[in-house]
Amino acid sequence: MPNVDHLLKQTCEWLKGTGSNSDIVVSSRIRLARNLTDLPFSHWASKKQARESLDRLSEATGSADMLKNSLVIRMAEIDDVDKQFLLERHLISREHIVEPEFKSVIIGDKEVINIMINEEDHLRIQILQSGFNLQECWRIASRLDDTLQRKTKFAFSPEWGYFTACPTNTGTGLRASVMLHLPALVMTKQISRVLQAITKLGMTARGLYGEGTEAEGNFFQISNQITLGSAEEDIIDNLERIIRQVIGHEENARRTLMKQNREMLQDKIWRANGTLRSAHIINTKETMSLLSMVRLGVDMGLIEDFDRRAVNELFILTQPAHLQKIEGRLLSSAQRDVKRAYLIRRRLEGR
Amino acid sequence: MNCDECGKNKATVHLTEIVNEQITKLNLCEACAKKKGSDAEQHFGIADLLAALSDVEAPSTASGASSSAAPKSRCSVCGMTYEDFKRIGRLGCAQCYATFHASLLPLLKRIHGSNQHLGKSPTPTASSKDLRASDRIREELEAAKQELQRAIKKEEFEEAATLRDKVKFLEKKLSEKKIREGMK
Repeated sequence: MPNVDHLLKQTCEWLKGTGSNSDIVVSSRIRLARNLTDLPFSHWASKKQARESLDRLSEATGSADMLKNSLVIRMAEIDDVDKQFLLERHLISREHIVEPEFKSVIIGDKEVINIMINEEDHLRIQILQSGFNLQECWRIASRLDDTLQRKTKFAFSPEWGYFTACPTNTGTGLRASVMLHLPALVMTKQISRVLQAITKLGMTARGLYGEGTEAEGNFFQISNQITLGSAEEDIIDNLERIIRQVIGHEENARRTLMKQNREMLQDKIWRANGTLRSAHIINTKETMSLLSMVRLGVDMGLIEDFDRRAVNELFILTQPAHLQKIEGRLLSSAQRDVKRAYLIRRRLEGR
Repeated sequence: MNCDECGKNKATVHLTEIVNEQITKLNLCEACAKKKGSDAEQHFGIADLLAALSDVEAPSTASGASSSAAPKSRCSVCGMTYEDFKRIGRLGCAQCYATFHASLLPLLKRIHGSNQHLGKSPTPTASSKDLRASDRIREELEAAKQELQRAIKKEEFEEAATLRDKVKFLEKKLSEKKIREGMK
């Protein structure tokens, strides 16, 4: 039986810290929602119907060339730590963890492609890339969508586009989102103004782990809200323009900090670096905020002895389920804090 | 104006909550708004939003005709009622979109500012994939105009009205697109 352990040994594509604007844009994501024409949406389906949609979509995805050698995981067959582990890697949603019966996730090579079956919609195609690269995500997503719709029929009307369980996704079923690291906008207290402007332009901003989560580590996920009435390319184009402006603001804020508050900035970055290299007990929240400062130091060329990818990896490896997978056993919260501090010290020393 | 929560700081955030169709307004300072924010997001889900929106937007179908046309408001394929949808915030199946068409029309318009899909479709004609977006819209526009003429001839006025809106919408899209492509 395939298990999630081998994911632990690889760095997923989106954490690589490469691609354009990767000093500010961590990753880009495209999600497409699709549903079968003749079965109720997942939340409204009987067990028999849920089993049928799972079987049919497993078959359709199983025979797709683009998904060759993918890892297929039935949610009912893995334990809670594994579920949390997949969530921490952005491979599944919170919704996919509740009532795991008849749900599955298909994880492609390097975790670029992943597909959830029987989440809110029958099919959720997700493409992740490192850096500011929505165009490439869209190309892959659309190609995969073309492949799958040759194998099965998706619910669609020319008037309202693709039908989705929630009317907020009707139309293109497309959610384009970009994960930004915006520490300077937070430090200069401009962030709420920027986020307000984004909301007015029909986009939404959320934290690292999506809906309802706090913006820990100064990470913000910005995505389109409107899915009906604009073609996919236009939705993406529009989001890109807005993101480019946000990037510009963050760059300005970084320059201003360097010019006007250089000592304060360096102090924060080097103290964070020092704490992470010395701490023997550290919780997730403190880790996130200190790593954010270290990442800023790396991005601004102040810290030179390790790279962005190493910092990116630490953000994920220090999450609770990742620590327990690395250790190979369940750990209490207090044990995790010790293990986390140990892992960070070793990694920052380059071991 | 001072914050309703702590009474000390100046209120800069004005929050409108809809709980059980009762609207309450809160004036909060930034710190209290932050505290409140996480709670608000929890219970102010999409279901509440939809319930509030659809009540405002579709009073005639909801109250006026519902008692006499009760069977119609249940989806024949999955059995979902419009009440279910308002409670859950999600539709039951693809057919629900046809069953609740009249109520969804204003709702989708409210959510997306539009009632007409543009973009990908499951069976693209071989040529349309390579066309520029403006050409694709132009094609759609021509088709809609022809359908409109046909509907008028047949005196299918309800359909004609929908088609007229579609033509208007596409014309607007096309001119926007042209301006953009001109700029590129």
